[in-house]
Amino acid sequence: MNTKTKTNKASVIDNLDAVRAMIQRHKRNDILFASIGLLAIMFGLLTLLVLFLDLVMDGYPRFNLQFFSDFPSRRAGSAGLLSAWVGSLLVMFVTFLTAVPIGVSAGLYLEEYAPKNWFSDLIEINVSNLAGVPSIIYGLLALGLFVYGLGLGQSILTAGLTLGLLILPIIIVSTRESIRAIPVAIREAAYAVGATKWQVVRDHVVKYSQGGILTGVIIGMSRALGETAPIITIGALTFIAFLPPSPITTTAPYLNFEWLSSSFTVLPIQMFNWLSRPDHEFHINAAATGAIIIVVTLLMNGTAIWLRYKIRKNIKW
Amino acid sequence: MSVANNVRKNPTDIKVSPRLAKNLKRHFKERVIEFILMMAALSAVFTTFAIVAILLYESFGFFETVSLVEFFTGTQWTPLFEDAHYGIMPLVAGTLTTSFVALAVAIPIGTIAAIYLSEFASHKAREIVKPILELLVGVPTIVFGYFALLLVTPLLQKIYPDLPSFNMLSAGIVMGVMIIPYIASVAEDAMRAVPMSMREGSYAMGATRFQTALKVVTPAAISGIVAAYILAISRAVGETMVVAVAAGQQPNLTFDPTEGAATITAFIVQVALGDLPHASIGYQSIFAAGLVLFVLTLTFNILGHIVRKKYREQY
Amino acid sequence: MINATTPIKAESRDLNFFYSNGTRALKGITMPLYENKITALIGPSGCGKSTYLRCFNRMHDLYPGNKYEGQIIMHPDNTNILDNGVDPIEVRMRISMVFQKPNPFPKSIYENVAYGLRVRGENNKRMLDDKVEEALKGAALWNEVKDRLQDLAFNLSGGQQQRLCIARALATDPEIMLFDEPTSALDPIATANIEELMSELRNKLTILVVTHNMQQAARISDYTAYMYLGELIEYDDTDTIFTRPSRKETEDYITGKFG
Repeated sequence: MNTKTKTNKASVIDNLDAVRAMIQRHKRNDILFASIGLLAIMFGLLTLLVLFLDLVMDGYPRFNLQFFSDFPSRRAGSAGLLSAWVGSLLVMFVTFLTAVPIGVSAGLYLEEYAPKNWFSDLIEINVSNLAGVPSIIYGLLALGLFVYGLGLGQSILTAGLTLGLLILPIIIVSTRESIRAIPVAIREAAYAVGATKWQVVRDHVVKYSQGGILTGVIIGMSRALGETAPIITIGALTFIAFLPPSPITTTAPYLNFEWLSSSFTVLPIQMFNWLSRPDHEFHINAAATGAIIIVVTLLMNGTAIWLRYKIRKNIKW
Repeated sequence: MSVANNVRKNPTDIKVSPRLAKNLKRHFKERVIEFILMMAALSAVFTTFAIVAILLYESFGFFETVSLVEFFTGTQWTPLFEDAHYGIMPLVAGTLTTSFVALAVAIPIGTIAAIYLSEFASHKAREIVKPILELLVGVPTIVFGYFALLLVTPLLQKIYPDLPSFNMLSAGIVMGVMIIPYIASVAEDAMRAVPMSMREGSYAMGATRFQTALKVVTPAAISGIVAAYILAISRAVGETMVVAVAAGQQPNLTFDPTEGAATITAFIVQVALGDLPHASIGYQSIFAAGLVLFVLTLTFNILGHIVRKKYREQY
Repeated sequence: MINATTPIKAESRDLNFFYSNGTRALKGITMPLYENKITALIGPSGCGKSTYLRCFNRMHDLYPGNKYEGQIIMHPDNTNILDNGVDPIEVRMRISMVFQKPNPFPKSIYENVAYGLRVRGENNKRMLDDKVEEALKGAALWNEVKDRLQDLAFNLSGGQQQRLCIARALATDPEIMLFDEPTSALDPIATANIEELMSELRNKLTILVVTHNMQQAARISDYTAYMYLGELIEYDDTDTIFTRPSRKETEDYITGKFG
């Protein structure tokens, strides 16, 4: 065996030049791949930039205050976003009120209360499954359940509830993740001074996971703002030249809930509407709307990511 | 023991000290809160149940008129025409074709980007690029629809002058671009999960970065990477706005991406934009189409989660 | 006591090492590795023994910001393997390493052993077959796995996995083999197997082993170095270190008064 070893032996030192040449060859692959990889990354990043610049340049003529204060119109030049951004705001308000309490409560239950058995498994499987359901399916659910089943019609309430269900998994998952980061020792410390479970959850768990929950809420809301398909599916009208009744009135009781059942339009729907017209003038409106949607969603997501980064950096248990 | 049980079962029957009464009240409050939280968690189950119930219920009405055989084997989908045909094949073909184009773009670029990020990029570069990828995932799809229709299609028409203004190629490519960050991000996570000791083992043998990435890290993370692909398929199949805007609204039984064709999602949008009477066959048809879409995406999602779970168990 | 006629395979000269956070983990270490001998590094955890070992195949280059000062000279060619002009990959092809925890690749037993050769561009099936068999025999694993070379390496036991990692390192005929606490994750029987294997390997190559276990150092090594807080406190042949150490610190550590 020893003689064989000797004959087979191609030790590095005897063929140093050949080995070095081979290493250089292999390292060229490294550099080649690194360049391709960088290109792949840049491709992704540059696309965003191109997309944004394209929208801004195409939509440039519409960037003025009138665009925000005018109703849609048959003439592209004088058409504006007023009903769309007001609609988006109101729908988002309903979405927020639906998704945040339910989502955070569900996250709390799953992390703090749920026994580890088939029951919590069932809920968990459902949450992760819902996160993967295409948004248009939520639209069909809303069409069958909210619009016709419960008779809520094609209203702000319907849209808000639909988007609320849509972003529920996002909020549940982010709530759970930030709760999970809290060490058991903190809970034990609270229990040790005689706190009940709910006191521990309210005063400690919720409090310390606020930042993480907020991150999820912002990401969810930004998703809701940009969603188009489910809103189209519930049959939202796309030509709305009026505003819903104001939620606040000058006479007692100062609050008015008629706006909930009002028809509406939202920013992405307005964009889709303008985009599907053949007339190029309307495409300018679509571009301007797209630029606005991108700016708002990027700002929201950017805030959320920054927030998460800060939390990770600051809190060291 | 049995006495203790009795106390718990009928607290009101027994005279208790004020302190114990307070405890019982507190206990009751705790239970109410737990119940409320549980109901919130159950909303997820309820939502799934409602989705399935609505899709099945409306589809049931649809299948009273249309036979399953016609639905699955018919080659024409014209539920809104006078001469109505109800073959889902053209819509499925459109969905598969756009998804295929999207994945042909997203899988290679996304995987290369993931390998680069995980194995080549410096820590600092990764810290910058990862959040930007996440930002990209958050860009609303309607904006990508604009991109496909008014930027990519005209560009492609310069290369193929015969390309129609609505075509699956452009929609598929843009959808692919949209999915790249998703694949890159999920696959990168899987590669990061490969323990450092394995990389060290490879480097210690004199391997280069590329050899280590290709021959050790990628095989070790393969189930996570495959899970990323499967979940990406599900996204492509369920994607709506890009195809509704750019791929066309005509059901067209073809796998040629240079043609225009409606996908399942685009059909639902098209019908929803019109004014269809409730409970008409046209109205029911979007639920039947939706049911097919739901089953398709659910299958891919479950598959993806099974594969993903496998790699989580590995390390 | 050191035999002056034994050739030196490698030596560190005034070796300093700084981690990226600025910590100076090695302080001017000068020490020889004699050819075809086993040199053991002992000392309390955090003393820099693993850091020292990992300098020999430039593992620290994998993490940005780490800095070497001084030299590690390899003989007979007198290459300073820490020199900027020397490719770490070339160094790693000459000096292989076995890690603390077995770290087989997610590949078959065969492919694990063949990995180093494939990395070198060797694809000749006959050649690979021979080398794999030879390396597995050298690592005393051949009889246990010869019928299932295509099995996934993860299916082996911990001790078998570590021997597989040794076979992997052996297959490329390294001049020096580094062992970083190779038995700390293994049970006593597997440990005994590995120790016996190392003693046999001494006939073929030079070994540097880090161990947290003084008995192990005493059992298998020819030379022993005691390190503390990044400094080399004492280096001598193993018998001398364990029976008549010249430094008080070494004696305290050996006798268990400290560490």
